Amino acid sequence: MEQTKQETESTEVHGGSFWSKYVFSTDHSVIALQYTLAGIFMALIGGYMAYVFRMQLAYPGEHVPGFGIVGPGEYNNMVTNHGTIMIFWVAMPVLIAGFGNFCIPLMLGVDDMVFPRLNRLSFQVFAVSCVVIIASQFVPGGGFGGAWTAYPPLSADEGYSLTKWGQIFWLLGVALEFVAFLMGGINFITTTMNARAKGMKLYDIPIVVWFIVIASIIFMLSVGPLIAGAVMLLFDQFGLTGFYDPTLGGDPLLWQHLFWFFGHPEVYVVLLPAIGVCAEILPVFARKKLFAYKIVLWTAIVTGALSFIVWAHHQFVAGIDPRMAHIFTVTTLLISIPIAEMIFVYIATLYGGSISFKTPMLWALAFIAEFLIGGCTGIYLGSTGTDIYFHDTYFVVAHFHFTFVPIAIIAVFAGITYWFPKVTGKMLNEALGKIHFWGTVIPFTFIFLLQFPLGMAGQHRRISDFTVFPELAGFQDVRIGITHLLLVMIAFQLVFFWNVITTLLYGKRADQNPWRANTLEWQAPNVPPHGNFPDGLPEVFRGPYEYSVPGREDDYWPQNEPE
Amino acid sequence: MAKHQSKPSSLLLFIVTTVICLMFCASAFYFVLPNRESWMMSLPQASSYAGDIDGLFGLITYLVGFWFVVSEIVLFYFIFRFRKKSPHDKAEYITGEEPHQKKWISIPHILVIICDVVLIVATIIVWYKVKQDLPVADANIRVTGQQWAWTFEHPDLDGTLNKKNEGLILIDELHLKVGSVYHFKLESKDTLHSFSIPAFRIKQDSVPGRTITGWFKPTKVGAYDIQCAEMCGVGHGVMKGRLYVHTEEEYYEWLKDRVQVQANSKEVRESFHDLVTAETSNPIK
Amino acid sequence: MAFEVPIANKRSATGIPTGRLGMWWVVASEVVIFGGLIVCYLLYRLSNPTWGGEAAFTIVPAGAINTFVLLTSSFFVVMAHKAAQNNQLKRAFEFFWYTIICAGLFLLVKSYEYTTEITEMHHHVSKDGHQIGSYPMFWYFYFTATGLHALHVIGGAVAIGIVSFDLRKGKNIQRVEYVGIYWHFVDVVWIFLFPLFYIAK
Repeated sequence: MEQTKQETESTEVHGGSFWSKYVFSTDHSVIALQYTLAGIFMALIGGYMAYVFRMQLAYPGEHVPGFGIVGPGEYNNMVTNHGTIMIFWVAMPVLIAGFGNFCIPLMLGVDDMVFPRLNRLSFQVFAVSCVVIIASQFVPGGGFGGAWTAYPPLSADEGYSLTKWGQIFWLLGVALEFVAFLMGGINFITTTMNARAKGMKLYDIPIVVWFIVIASIIFMLSVGPLIAGAVMLLFDQFGLTGFYDPTLGGDPLLWQHLFWFFGHPEVYVVLLPAIGVCAEILPVFARKKLFAYKIVLWTAIVTGALSFIVWAHHQFVAGIDPRMAHIFTVTTLLISIPIAEMIFVYIATLYGGSISFKTPMLWALAFIAEFLIGGCTGIYLGSTGTDIYFHDTYFVVAHFHFTFVPIAIIAVFAGITYWFPKVTGKMLNEALGKIHFWGTVIPFTFIFLLQFPLGMAGQHRRISDFTVFPELAGFQDVRIGITHLLLVMIAFQLVFFWNVITTLLYGKRADQNPWRANTLEWQAPNVPPHGNFPDGLPEVFRGPYEYSVPGREDDYWPQNEPE
Repeated sequence: MAKHQSKPSSLLLFIVTTVICLMFCASAFYFVLPNRESWMMSLPQASSYAGDIDGLFGLITYLVGFWFVVSEIVLFYFIFRFRKKSPHDKAEYITGEEPHQKKWISIPHILVIICDVVLIVATIIVWYKVKQDLPVADANIRVTGQQWAWTFEHPDLDGTLNKKNEGLILIDELHLKVGSVYHFKLESKDTLHSFSIPAFRIKQDSVPGRTITGWFKPTKVGAYDIQCAEMCGVGHGVMKGRLYVHTEEEYYEWLKDRVQVQANSKEVRESFHDLVTAETSNPIK
Repeated sequence: MAFEVPIANKRSATGIPTGRLGMWWVVASEVVIFGGLIVCYLLYRLSNPTWGGEAAFTIVPAGAINTFVLLTSSFFVVMAHKAAQNNQLKRAFEFFWYTIICAGLFLLVKSYEYTTEITEMHHHVSKDGHQIGSYPMFWYFYFTATGLHALHVIGGAVAIGIVSFDLRKGKNIQRVEYVGIYWHFVDVVWIFLFPLFYIAK
């Protein structure tokens, strides 16, 4: 391995207290773990909120164990914060900051991110944002209940929302999270652009790294106008301005445009890292080269670019000029094409493979099968004619859960089970992993498949009791069934925690490369030390997906192995 | 790799698959679009364009459903066929960069685009009909959303809303004549709300500071739900209304009763003078 | 336990130093933030010609002075960079502090403007007797945009201050250029705000 003498100087940090090594660390692995654990903790809160509102829906007006009576204000609060927390405090920190921080320096063959102290600062800001959003539940007036979209005038005027402090804290929490990820994004992008291993050309970069970088770029470009809009909303909330108040010359629709100009690219910001994780797992467990790497990359870039011109499909019936709707329905229906192509490529990767069904592979395959449902049902919503009917119904809820749950749950478990041996040095129990997998995926599928017909029957969102609507009361049994399925799904998560805890305590030690994979993180020791590669930073000779190359005895060929 | 053979045969392949795709799209008009009742569970199609929206739903299900089913079948087939059968089972080495490999992606890609174009055309037609092409109104109503109730101003006998507060104002209750074209003027007093009648398939957000116009034509007599479809605060879930579509006779019967109930109001009595004093229940000769 | 700069930071597959690359990404994300705000302002202004007249009440001489002050400060930053490149560290330090003084002047003029305008709006009349604040939307944008900008001026001045102390000790000289890029960006934003809020009537 060729390196300059300067490069071989160790960045091993000797000594240091518990606080400097594990709490105020600048090491990317520690920061990754901090983000991931924070995300999992917030997922428990978001999941609890789902439990509360689903119990209310199934048994309206009854006491919910572990919460109490769910009044309409509390219902709105649960629904609002469930969505907000799952997107900003679970999906993004785990997929981007968790997996990104851990994998990017390792996969690029380098010792850390380029700006470790900025990295630490980003986590600290993120941690403060967690405190703020949790605090929003305990302020006078209660947590904000104006939906995660926070449309004004409701979200700007405490007279309408009745949650004066809840909405301020909510907005501040979201704004701090944005700042944290802007800072994080600078690290991911700059590290990938500059700090790659010697010999690693652009097309030798693992797809998940590319996708996290593209996601960070999309995030940075789309969040700007919303940050401006959030500052404007904050001033409105304090009564200083009336940007969104029609009585003062403002326009509520301005917020919607600013929000969705970010909101739509945001879904690709979370999708790309998730689908990138699958791009790493599928080749390893099918022992097959990723089909058409360049097409995969190209579809991601096109999707990212197109994502900036589809936003108003969230506003078809919001009062925009009906002529504008035609433009956005065209762009929205067209954006389904590069995503479809990416799915076709992933499926093609399986062709001719030799697939083994370890837990990470089960999760990655489930991602494709379930995301297909989400993607296809999006067509009904992107098409203006049908969206007139489906907007704000449970059809939308079912659609986005078939995209978001694969992103925030399925891909997350895929990544955790895949990289667990590298992070901890232990192998998770396969049988427990499979039980957890089926116990999560099957209930999830039915919970949301049942919500499509509810939406078709005209059931609208953010309503806490449907038994008062004559047209909808008859479906109460379906709602009860959905809630019971959720309880089952929640119960199976205990299997995961049991697996993790028992593995950490008593599990068997993992080999350095238990999955026989090519990417560079598997060339570093398990529980990578500070500096990652104690034998020196690697040099790269080929792409990341050279599996089952004809003429070779091994069916894998690590990137850093010389010819 | 013999390149000379791929050019004419790949063009032929492209043309053949395109034609098959277009024929498939056209077959939707035969299998799917003849009006289907009960697409939306047990909800009737109670307006003149409900069938169009349901038909579009059917078209999307037909075309997208095809691709969905094919993709899932191929996915599961590959999972099954290419599972590791023995310890010596080896995978193939396929880069996906050769033209004969790429065409397995690019051809479905083009066919998906064709289906998308068909859907785009269909949805533009339906949207234009519902949201842009307002037929001449037989009657006007004013719908006002507020926290947390709907106020419906019913029209005068000639179908107009001449001044605010003239005519009949009901809370959470709307009465319509079957077969009449209604224009609704939608307003909001405070936050965003959204006026939705699932049985009509119509939805329109109400925005404070604006008056938004829409239309519908009820085609089925009956009673239907009205829901608020935009988060508007604590009472959003109880902001429900009830819509009654009457035959013409029943409508004037109802109106007459209602006017007599509201006989205190001088304005109402003057507006509906003809109706209340008429011999028959239908004042329109 | 001292922080050690990782090898990652020293590499450059693109040929551009990492610090400079990072700073350009910071500027890119700030451009979208201010760009978003300015576009919103423009959309409102173009569809509401009446309240463009409010812009008549901004204090043009103050804005002009501030423009001159900021441009001068950018000039000092350039001089600081040149001095640093010639290893004249003390000179570079001095130029940085001229920049900070300019920033202070800018903020002083801004405070004068804000207090005058807010007092006038409170009494609904300007110094020469006109009705001010009848279309408040203009002022909402004015205070938000110029206020956000002023916050960035403060942040930039603090950053320049920190870099100047390191610079004097001969540490992290490359940051002179990076903080310079940021400062030029802050200047450019003002170049947009000045015509939009002060000149276009």
